[in-house]
Amino acid sequence: MYRLLEGIRVLDLTRVWSGPLAGRILADLGAEVIHILGRVTVSGEKIPPEQVAVLGTFPEDDPGARPWNRMSQNNDFSRNKLGLTLELDVPEGIDLFKRLVAKSDVVLENFSPRVMTNFGLDYDVLKKINPAIIVCSMPGFGLTGPQKDYISYGVNLDFFSGLASLMGYPNKGAHMSGNAYPDATAALHAVGAILTALFHKMRMGKGQHIDLSQAESAVSVIGDVALGFALNGHVPRRRGNRHPVYAPHGCYQCRGEDQWLAIAVSTESQWKALIGIPDMPAQMKDAKYGDPEKRQAHHDELDKMIESWTIQYDHRDAMSILQNAGIPAGAVFDAAELLADEHLCERDFFLQMDHPEAGLRHYCGLPIKFSGTPVSPGNPPPLLGQHNEYVLSKILGLSPEEITRCEQNGVIGTEPID
Amino acid sequence: MSKKALQNIMVLDFSRSIAGPYCTKLLAAFGAEVIKVEEPKRGDPARYEGPFRDDRPDPEGSALFLYLNTGKKSITLDLQAVAETNLLKMLIKEADVLVENFPPGYMADLGIGYEKLAKINPGLIMVSLTDFGQDGPYRNYQGGRLVENALSGYMYVNGDPGREPLAGGGEQPAYQGGLHAYAGILAALISRQLTGRGWYIDVSIMECMASLHQFTVNRYAYSGKIQKRGGNRHIWSHPVTVYPCRDGHVLVCAGTEDQAEMLLTLVGETDALNDPRFESGIQRLIHADEFDGLVKPWFLDKTKKEIVEICQEWRIPVAPVNEIPDLYEDEQLRAREYWIELDHPVAGRLPYAGAPFRMSETPAVYSRAPLLGEHNEEIFISRLGLTEAEMGQLKKDGVI
Repeated sequence: MYRLLEGIRVLDLTRVWSGPLAGRILADLGAEVIHILGRVTVSGEKIPPEQVAVLGTFPEDDPGARPWNRMSQNNDFSRNKLGLTLELDVPEGIDLFKRLVAKSDVVLENFSPRVMTNFGLDYDVLKKINPAIIVCSMPGFGLTGPQKDYISYGVNLDFFSGLASLMGYPNKGAHMSGNAYPDATAALHAVGAILTALFHKMRMGKGQHIDLSQAESAVSVIGDVALGFALNGHVPRRRGNRHPVYAPHGCYQCRGEDQWLAIAVSTESQWKALIGIPDMPAQMKDAKYGDPEKRQAHHDELDKMIESWTIQYDHRDAMSILQNAGIPAGAVFDAAELLADEHLCERDFFLQMDHPEAGLRHYCGLPIKFSGTPVSPGNPPPLLGQHNEYVLSKILGLSPEEITRCEQNGVIGTEPID
Repeated sequence: MSKKALQNIMVLDFSRSIAGPYCTKLLAAFGAEVIKVEEPKRGDPARYEGPFRDDRPDPEGSALFLYLNTGKKSITLDLQAVAETNLLKMLIKEADVLVENFPPGYMADLGIGYEKLAKINPGLIMVSLTDFGQDGPYRNYQGGRLVENALSGYMYVNGDPGREPLAGGGEQPAYQGGLHAYAGILAALISRQLTGRGWYIDVSIMECMASLHQFTVNRYAYSGKIQKRGGNRHIWSHPVTVYPCRDGHVLVCAGTEDQAEMLLTLVGETDALNDPRFESGIQRLIHADEFDGLVKPWFLDKTKKEIVEICQEWRIPVAPVNEIPDLYEDEQLRAREYWIELDHPVAGRLPYAGAPFRMSETPAVYSRAPLLGEHNEEIFISRLGLTEAEMGQLKKDGVI
């Protein structure tokens, strides 16, 4: 955790992935991010064991007495945040939220567009409370337009945006991503938008409203492909892992079970290096593979020969042989290999955090490294409502009696409301 | 009152290809002056990647370059030749931000590493954006799209079970690297407003990609489970999948009990509502083929548009499976005027993907990508005060 954004307060109303990740990056950069959850939206239901086993999101597959505090994904996306519960469907909850808005710099929300309006928390309302407030709304399709109220998740946008159309086996349809990019892309764009607005606010004293359509955000990161179509009318074909020009490009089976190595030869010197690997099949030196065009024409043959080499090796060993010869090659890491990777570990990429209900776990760190600044390990993800008292007393100045009253009225709490 | 959030911020952009240029494209869109420093005569390698009109290569007509370099100024400069000259010093003094994506150590070897540059300009914010970061055992490895997809753990979860893993669509690793660099620069600018000091920022694309898993990594850290490839079905629940229809395919995301019930009701299979095989997401996943057999026929005689409208009316999250041409026709993107037309002397008028987010006070402003060296005179003569003769000499020496 860095301290670059120290003194900036963010109210994070988001759920699931894109919004919470955006809030967490701001928290990792040193902003005080208050993650606000309505307890009505948190499930307290018992989860059947067969479902727990498929999900795999609880420590050692045990949801425990308070599963909402033990979910891997929620915990991953809330470190360095303060945890506040607030019911926004009752006037007392709305009132407390508005008082927080008066003392904050940013409100981040990823509801569908009608929700904030239903709460009576439109940008215009929030602006009256705090003229310099920055509100970032990040619904699926934006705040305007005929489809603004459409429900969508990351997987919907994977297909809507055309991203899925760019992944797939040859002659097959668009392919679902195992991990929908549009969420992550929206998170990073939201961080960029909020920081841009904060910089403007610092210099000009003005806040603003950010309308981030997650669909548009996803199309923007394939804008080069869209423009390519506008320019020459060709619809990109699905080619598996092959490249339209360079060859060979592919993913090759290695010695272990479900072990693969990606190889991407993009220059003639890389090709020469590949055929110069001592135990690579000698036929690859044939002149019929002498340039990218010829190699494209014989790609299937080449794949077989390359695979006859990779299959003899562990994929990490094969990677280092090829990389040491200057050939772009990457072992296809599964989650376990990623967490154990020597490069990431040596760069201290992973954080280890102890959480009172989830135990000592590894998490991915912030991939932006600022030199010459001490990095504190940061705070573990909060329990539900862990900072209710801190926020209400230290930030809003409520008396202990008033806080007790909030608890009694159910406006705040530490357990879900069924 | 300024409508440009990054007014008066000068960015020296030594980066090329995709990652750095996407970062500086955003900086330019929000009002920074981005000066792209290109290799004399040749320029950014993205100029040679295409796609091109009629597939005829032209360094001023590559879609990849045109999209990623909107709003920037181009100057040419042989960095090796000018590294330790007054000319570069003058540029560094003017700059607030420097973005580079050379191999680790390259700038330092030229004598223009961060330490040196910070002495010339202590407020400078410098970002090095590379495949693997500035240190660690892979720092000199060759990267790129396929390798980053593999090493970040993304590729392993993409594709059909039993087949080879697939790299994700588009140039995601590079774009994600650019987005993280943008966030780092803005955080540094905010902090510099208060302290006046600059920063050196190291962004590794492998780490950017590794940090963007929803549950692949944290799931393993919590329960030791390794996520595998699930094909075109979600690994947790059903139906989150693709169904064929009259004019293509739709993505149906109805994994919750409520959504699945709505779907069965909509397609008229109400008997199945009480079928124990379909009572939970996991049961539906186990019996996915039977479930699909019941609901698929409903889709076959309807168009994507009809299906999406009906299903959204029923609050079932369904989306069209779009190919690239469909994006330009999409009514939501059109209604929001997402596509912007830019004219370019070589490529002509074309619709470009617009702002990834809309800012009410400081909206993004786009202008076309620069021709190679288009702004040499503006920057060297008007800005840095070189004489025509001095510039002529630099040209003769092949420096610009």
